[in-house]
Amino acid sequence: MNEQNTIVEQPTSFAFTLENMERVKNHIAKYPDGKQASACMPLLDLAQRQHDGWLPRAAMDHVAEVLDMPPIRVYEVATFYTMYNLKPVGRHHVQVCTSLPCWLRGSDEIVKRCNEVTGTEFGKTSNDGQFTMTETECLGACVNAPMMQIGDDFYEDLTPDDVERILNALKNGETIKPGPQNTRHGSEPVGGLTTLTQGAAKGEGS
Amino acid sequence: MRLSESNNMTKLTIDGQEVEVEAGVSVLQACESIGIEIPRFCYHERLSIAGNCRMCLVEMERAPKPIASCAMPASEGMVITTNSPKVRRMRQSVMEFLLINHPLDCPICDQGGECDLQDQSIGYGFDKSRYTEEKRIVEDKYMGPLIKTSMTRCIQCTRCIRFAREIAGIPDIGTIGRGEHLEIGTYVEKALTSELSGNLVDICPVGALNSAPYSNKARSWEMRNTESIDVMDALGSAIRIDSRGNEILRIQPRLNEDVNEEWISDKTRYACDGLNKRRLDQPYVKRDGKLQPATWPEAFDAIAKQLEGKDGSKIAALAGDQADVESMTALKDLMGSLGSQNMDCRGEGWALDAAQRASYIFNTTIAGIEQADACLLVGTNPRIEAPVLNARIRKRYLMGGFSVAAIGPNVDLTYKHQNLGAGPQSLHEIAEGHGEFAQVLENAERPMLIIGMGAIERGDGAQVLSLARLIAERYGMVVDGWNGFNVLQTAAARVGGLDVGFVPQQGSLGHGGIVAGAANGDIHTVYLLACDDFDSAALENTFVIYQGHHGDRGAHVADVILPGAAYTEKTATYVNTEGRVQLSSRAVFPPGDAREDWTIIRALSDVLGKRLGYDSAPQLRSRMAEINPVFAAYDTVSPAAWGTFGESGNLVDLPFTSNIENFYMTDPISRASQTMAECSDVFVTQTHGGKTGTNG
Repeated sequence: MNEQNTIVEQPTSFAFTLENMERVKNHIAKYPDGKQASACMPLLDLAQRQHDGWLPRAAMDHVAEVLDMPPIRVYEVATFYTMYNLKPVGRHHVQVCTSLPCWLRGSDEIVKRCNEVTGTEFGKTSNDGQFTMTETECLGACVNAPMMQIGDDFYEDLTPDDVERILNALKNGETIKPGPQNTRHGSEPVGGLTTLTQGAAKGEGS
Repeated sequence: MRLSESNNMTKLTIDGQEVEVEAGVSVLQACESIGIEIPRFCYHERLSIAGNCRMCLVEMERAPKPIASCAMPASEGMVITTNSPKVRRMRQSVMEFLLINHPLDCPICDQGGECDLQDQSIGYGFDKSRYTEEKRIVEDKYMGPLIKTSMTRCIQCTRCIRFAREIAGIPDIGTIGRGEHLEIGTYVEKALTSELSGNLVDICPVGALNSAPYSNKARSWEMRNTESIDVMDALGSAIRIDSRGNEILRIQPRLNEDVNEEWISDKTRYACDGLNKRRLDQPYVKRDGKLQPATWPEAFDAIAKQLEGKDGSKIAALAGDQADVESMTALKDLMGSLGSQNMDCRGEGWALDAAQRASYIFNTTIAGIEQADACLLVGTNPRIEAPVLNARIRKRYLMGGFSVAAIGPNVDLTYKHQNLGAGPQSLHEIAEGHGEFAQVLENAERPMLIIGMGAIERGDGAQVLSLARLIAERYGMVVDGWNGFNVLQTAAARVGGLDVGFVPQQGSLGHGGIVAGAANGDIHTVYLLACDDFDSAALENTFVIYQGHHGDRGAHVADVILPGAAYTEKTATYVNTEGRVQLSSRAVFPPGDAREDWTIIRALSDVLGKRLGYDSAPQLRSRMAEINPVFAAYDTVSPAAWGTFGESGNLVDLPFTSNIENFYMTDPISRASQTMAECSDVFVTQTHGGKTGTNG
């Protein structure tokens, strides 16, 4: 996240599209007059989505201009949060959680399979431009560990084979249903209820 | 502070002692009020509170954890402990964490000997490290030619960020990244475009931001410190001159709440290397069309020979921007005894009226700016004419309820202001009460006006002054207890020269007349007292005596050169733009045969047979007090009486500009300075240029 990492070919200009400019206005309108700087984070996200998933310096400068902030204040925000990418990413941004619960549930194996399928590793983009791998801290889905995030979607309860299936599908342009990849729908127990199995619930249900 | 009333006090107990403090102060300030020193890195009394270094931890009764005393407001009934073993242990732990990534390079660090971290590690540091992992290394950043960065030493107190944002008004520095990867920087590489950037070096509690020109020159304990006064602008900032042997190594600010608080401009701080270059260290006399080294008697003889049998009323004298009051007084007296009143210290600013003190000083006073509620700037760019004063205006602006408008150059002053136009037309509109800002002035309780030398140093200067006076009177700027009319001088010598009356009497010649008279032969001899900033080519056919310290423009046309002393080499009187009489101190001796300025004139008077009536500086100073009673009291400002000045008449329709084009080169010292030349390259010649490649 330091300056060296951002030495990439930077576009010279950036401007929100007309459609996004409407969204910008909506975001700014959420805050009191004169507190427009509060909209910095959603605007950076908007800019990132408009610009192939990463934030060039011109985009940060543009956000600063729109919000009447000194550019450095925007750089501070953009470099602080890991969800802003300051260099180009592949078509699919694969973020694998390696924090403790995921690690206990086998995230090492998940990472290994990711590396094999994508042909790249953490911090890098694959040669075909399809995948960028990023190691992340806890994404808050520990109850479905191990997990990874691709784009905006969480893929949970992973096995190495699931990883291979998901990544290959994405490579072929197919879509995979996000969420738990085993039999679960959410975070209920895998083998059916283990507590509260008696009483009112029993009488009504299965 | 203004809100404080005697009944608005808070009582608390610190280390068993009952303390009563004003409501709203922090626990740290309450501790300081009874002389308990709390260690700190991030806290600075002139900056906002960050509370991130954690060094100021103290114990508070009934609090489960230690509290950061800098960020905790003192409140009624608090019981604070600052010296328990627990507090000590907590601070030691904080210190251990701070030192984890701090390099052990004190022996090669310029901050060594005057480093907060070093000092406090004596009190709270362990004698050995328990940390065996890899230390973090941070790449150094480029922040311009004045600041040398060693970012690995940074402890991320963020003082520099807050200084840049709050005091200097250039929000260019920030924290990049987070956690262990957090770095202080500008993100986009660029030099800090502030005239106050040198203060970052003082504000940095460790050796991360150091002075580039002073890099590896000396250790702080080897130098002699002399408390003195700055002459690079007309503020007379309090400075400390650090010298070793006969060389001045650096200049640092001293505290003077009334003038510079604790800041100084980059020119004040960094032009001192110009004191060692292009110096006049012995007398010269022109023989066979060429200046040749001479002795003092030879130089005086040449002058005596020139004046022998010639009409004394056809001699003239001009005093420059850094001349001291003593030498101007002596020269004025000498000129009088030779029979001439052709003298001027005002340069192009001939419209300044020496008879009306209120018409040429900064009446509001610098600290008084904080009481004003509206300000009109006329023909001035205070950011480069007096950066520290500009910081004071910004400070007032940040307090709120203060509107600023400018007539003249449309520049970034580091605070929001309205530009009303560039020329006299806009000034007329204000004078006639038209426009939005006229309404603001009308409603203001304590309006002020600052008129720059750029608006006075022009052909219609007297008319501009007159119009400014009418504006001041119309909007009630001059009332009992408040005078909002201010002239922002740019030359340290000016107010002193006017106070002592170094101006032509009725019927004799002023600056313009002298220069013209020299060209057409009406004047046969011109005495230049450190006077360089004018078109000296006109003096080529006249006999010119140049007394000064640098081989600058004036020396180029001289027939006799009398080597004088620079401001660091004499104990001399200067009057700042507020009319504050201050005394500088000699830090080192003038080089070679050069002498203190007034003694040269005194010696010359002997040779000319017109012996001046004072043999010592105290005698000369009582002569000054005789001429003008303001010289009886040093370091104070007394209000000047309001009167009528200026001349009514039409203004020439030319835009007002600042009289300074290049902040870094305004006088012989800064023109001789290598550092100022580099700054000029980076900031003026190639504005927005960034790195020049000379930084290595």
